[in-house]
Amino acid sequence: MSEKTAPEEAPAPRVRSRRKKATALGGADKLVLGLMLGIPTLIHVVLVWLPSLGSVALSFSSWDGIGGFEDIQWVGFQNYVDIFTRYPRFWPAFQHNLIWLAFLLVIPTVAGLFLAVLLDRQIKFGRIYQSALYLPMVLSLALVGFIWQLIYQPEQGLLNNLLGTADNNPTNWLGDPDINLYAVLVAAAWRHTGYIMLLYLAGLKSVDPALKEAASLDGANAFQTFTRVTFPVLKPVNIVVLVVTVIEALRAFDIVYIINKGRNGLELLSVLVTDNIIGESSRIGWGSALAVILLLISLGFIITYLYQVFSKENRA
Amino acid sequence: MTTSLTARKAPLRPGRVVLHVFLVLTCLMTLAPLLWAVYASLRTYEDTARNGYFSLPESLTFENFANAWTTGDLPHYYINTFVITLPAVLLTLLLSSMVAFGVSRFSFKFNLGLLMLFTAGNLLPQQVIVTPLWRLYRLIEVPEWISDSGSLIDSQLGVVMIHVAFQIGFCTFVLSNYMKTIPHELTEAARVDGASVFRQYWQVILPLCRPALAALATLEFTWIYNDFLWALVLIQTGDKMPITSALQNLRGTFFTDNNLVAAGSLLVALPTLVVFFTLQKQFVGGLTLGSTKG
Repeated sequence: MSEKTAPEEAPAPRVRSRRKKATALGGADKLVLGLMLGIPTLIHVVLVWLPSLGSVALSFSSWDGIGGFEDIQWVGFQNYVDIFTRYPRFWPAFQHNLIWLAFLLVIPTVAGLFLAVLLDRQIKFGRIYQSALYLPMVLSLALVGFIWQLIYQPEQGLLNNLLGTADNNPTNWLGDPDINLYAVLVAAAWRHTGYIMLLYLAGLKSVDPALKEAASLDGANAFQTFTRVTFPVLKPVNIVVLVVTVIEALRAFDIVYIINKGRNGLELLSVLVTDNIIGESSRIGWGSALAVILLLISLGFIITYLYQVFSKENRA
Repeated sequence: MTTSLTARKAPLRPGRVVLHVFLVLTCLMTLAPLLWAVYASLRTYEDTARNGYFSLPESLTFENFANAWTTGDLPHYYINTFVITLPAVLLTLLLSSMVAFGVSRFSFKFNLGLLMLFTAGNLLPQQVIVTPLWRLYRLIEVPEWISDSGSLIDSQLGVVMIHVAFQIGFCTFVLSNYMKTIPHELTEAARVDGASVFRQYWQVILPLCRPALAALATLEFTWIYNDFLWALVLIQTGDKMPITSALQNLRGTFFTDNNLVAAGSLLVALPTLVVFFTLQKQFVGGLTLGSTKG
């Protein structure tokens, strides 16, 4: 096969430019390349993008999912209107997602950046510190839920016993709807901080040491060097951290589902969507409208990320 | 100990001591939840029922691990998980490396668009996909020998497929960045020698991508192993659930033996912990490969 294609290609280099030459292919090679690009693209489009567009379309329908497609009734924006005005679980869930996002954007980012700055130098045991701090990252959020339940138990948990509040009227960290969201967020942040630290450590390594030296020669102290020189260079990492955190916050599901199936103060948009499939009420249109709201929130950040990552490539 | 070791390198400065004390405390706090789970898992139910969890142990035992192993039927669920995870990781790497090869070695007009499609797809929240996907899976009929439900719902094949479709996005992005750093001269030389496109991919480029493939394999294994949502939604028979979802079986409806749950949780975490400790370089490398390029 390769034997045959070679002669066909041979004349190309003389007449075509270097760039063109790369795409001058024989028939068999074209077919192989087409399959190599086509099959994965087809799988990705059919199973990821088609359902996403399906969510958008079905969000304008009322369908219990039992009958065939001919039973779908199109109801316009009715699902959205109902969700915004008459669905008591929506606004709490929306608010919880926003709190989730704000919390994850502040606490793990600050802690992760701070730890990365501390570890971004030659210190003894630096590797060991890094390993310990990365460790929670390999656990699933579902497992994080299981492990932290042992800490948050009212009478037997580690936290109340350390605080001395275990004996009379112990704090019910996960059962009290006023505080359980924050208790869960501490656990989620515990896992997220290592990841953020890792991203910043990689970013800091790429900062040119000469820049820092120049700054200190000019009389800048360590703090000034960081805020004026290092941090601005970290802009691409900051954007990655932002996007990673937003996506993580919007996807959050496992941990609240493990703890109490996302009820009683732990409602999240992802839980409301999932309830429409595995819960008793199978309302496809309704669930899709909720998913589209989630999609619209994430889309802004996805586009920001794509712009950041691919604008450079376009220029290259 | 810490200070005496650092002293040899640099003069002992109070700043260094404070730094190390701070880092040691932070690390201990980070590890505390896991250590607490280990401690609880090593104690018997009678011991903690009598003395509470916040107490010194009467005895330490591995009994809970043995119990979780048998009552939770963990071997069965480990197999379920690996039946999903291993093919999913292999297929993801195979398919994404093909796309990455195509877009990094040839200058098609659609390259950038294709890469953006994959990258954006990987960032979508799963819940956006899940409802129509569930419908779609019910419609796709497969022979009985693949799935006894007759459709992709409630079949491990269905879970593998969505993992692959979803994760191709991330891996394509990382691998195409990696392949761009491989000199074009290599594939050109191979082509002059008469190598077909497939041989350029399989015998020239792929072997050079080993570090990136190893890093991605580590990451993808952890992610797919840890999956909870896809299995929860797409699998209906408890018997076919992967291990993370099966952990719930260890919790009783009215009464939960927390020592048992702690032991079960640690057993479930074990494969990912082993991967982390043995392949930490790859794990960390994979995450930074994907995020700091560009």
